[in-house]
Amino acid sequence: MQDLSFITDWIHNTLRSFLPGWATVTVECLFIGVGLLLVYALLALFYIYYERKICAAFQCRLGPNRVGPWGLLQSFADMFKMLIKELISLNHVDKFLFALAPYLVIIASMMAFAVLPWGNGLQVVDFNIGIFFLIAVSSIGVLGILLAGWSSNNKFTLIGSLRSGAQMVSYEISIGLTVVTMVCLSGTMSVGGIVQEQSDLWFIFKGHVPALIAFVVYMIAGTAETNRGPFDLPEAESELTAGYHTEYSGMHFGFFYLAEYLNLFIVSGVASLLFLGGWMPLHIPGWEAFNHIMDYIPSVVWFIGKAVFLSFIIIWFKWTFPRLRIDQLLSLEWKYLMPISLVNLVLMVLIITFGWHF
Amino acid sequence: MLLGIFGITNNGLLALTALLTGVALVALALWMAGLLSPRSFNPQKGEAYECGIPTRGESMAQFKIGYYLFAILFLMFDVETVFLFPWAVRMRELGVNGLLSIAVFFGVLVLGLVYAWRKGALEWK
Repeated sequence: MQDLSFITDWIHNTLRSFLPGWATVTVECLFIGVGLLLVYALLALFYIYYERKICAAFQCRLGPNRVGPWGLLQSFADMFKMLIKELISLNHVDKFLFALAPYLVIIASMMAFAVLPWGNGLQVVDFNIGIFFLIAVSSIGVLGILLAGWSSNNKFTLIGSLRSGAQMVSYEISIGLTVVTMVCLSGTMSVGGIVQEQSDLWFIFKGHVPALIAFVVYMIAGTAETNRGPFDLPEAESELTAGYHTEYSGMHFGFFYLAEYLNLFIVSGVASLLFLGGWMPLHIPGWEAFNHIMDYIPSVVWFIGKAVFLSFIIIWFKWTFPRLRIDQLLSLEWKYLMPISLVNLVLMVLIITFGWHF
Repeated sequence: MLLGIFGITNNGLLALTALLTGVALVALALWMAGLLSPRSFNPQKGEAYECGIPTRGESMAQFKIGYYLFAILFLMFDVETVFLFPWAVRMRELGVNGLLSIAVFFGVLVLGLVYAWRKGALEWK
């Protein structure tokens, strides 16, 4: 397996040769910041293009195809258009909270983004409570959405944000419980540790039936968590104009748009970390030659490939199921997914205690 | 391997970097938008985007109690998950004793869910 940390080690040693320690750390933190910013923006642009193309394919259309080859530059053009739109100042909003909300939404997705295992030796934040930290910071996003809806002082945004708050908060429980189930199996909360634990076999195969159930529950709850697909009633465009971001214009709206696509990536990234081994190539015990060939594919390709594949499934949901009503949505979580994940946790504990897992 | 990127082992510092990156992204993009975007004034623009006629009353009003009920239930079960995490990490080391004590805790919470269900707190009215 190629260890990509030699690149960062080289930069570190070069900087260290002519700078004092504290300056090296500052410059490196700047590098990390710029790197995160670039990857964040590029990934969001790619995801906008990706979703539009898939959506077009589902509806037998071509999708964006005019700007650049195969319409590849369409999302750049969209971003530029967003930048040159006027930021309308409204006279009925709570100015401070209205300006604060996009910051919270972006910060939540950026901090969750930094925890993801990008590749072997390419992980920015590796707390020993990594996965817990991830859940904690990604729930800051709910605050941003609630603030956006409340501070806009508009009936549509208020309904949209409350629906969104109730939905994200409810489905967070299922996500938490499935993560606990997988932490039981891995025995560590560190993201790097969870990836290392899967070096012989991915958790979805290792964990028997409970891991499969947890995967399905996680994917449903994750879709709800990103306010997408059949769960997009916070921004049900036929009833609420645009839900919680109705009053935002120009780039302000752009932040919610960016964060939504990034959350899609983060949810699928966490799913690939917990169930499909993060950046770990597919290893099957006993198949030495196969494992060796798999190791030749770079770890970054593995991680991004898995995340993009899982995002495809989430986008697929969106074009398959009709939108739920709020009472159906809440009973799906509280009467089905949560009891299932509680039972699933017990099942996982039994399987680990009796040593039935692979 | 577990040394972290650039050999920086202080994860708090790295998390802070990510936070500041988020702030910088929003601030930079807003600054650029401020430079590039046009400005025009029209009293109609400052109004609420609703249905064309002026809004009646404040929209920061009291709202359906159902959302509040679900927020309370969320609080209970989310705290439960928080308590399960440390046990889940040390599950194998704690053995049967840990298993029994968490089973009691877990049972009480399942009872809580059953109570809420029977009381009809999970119905959307």
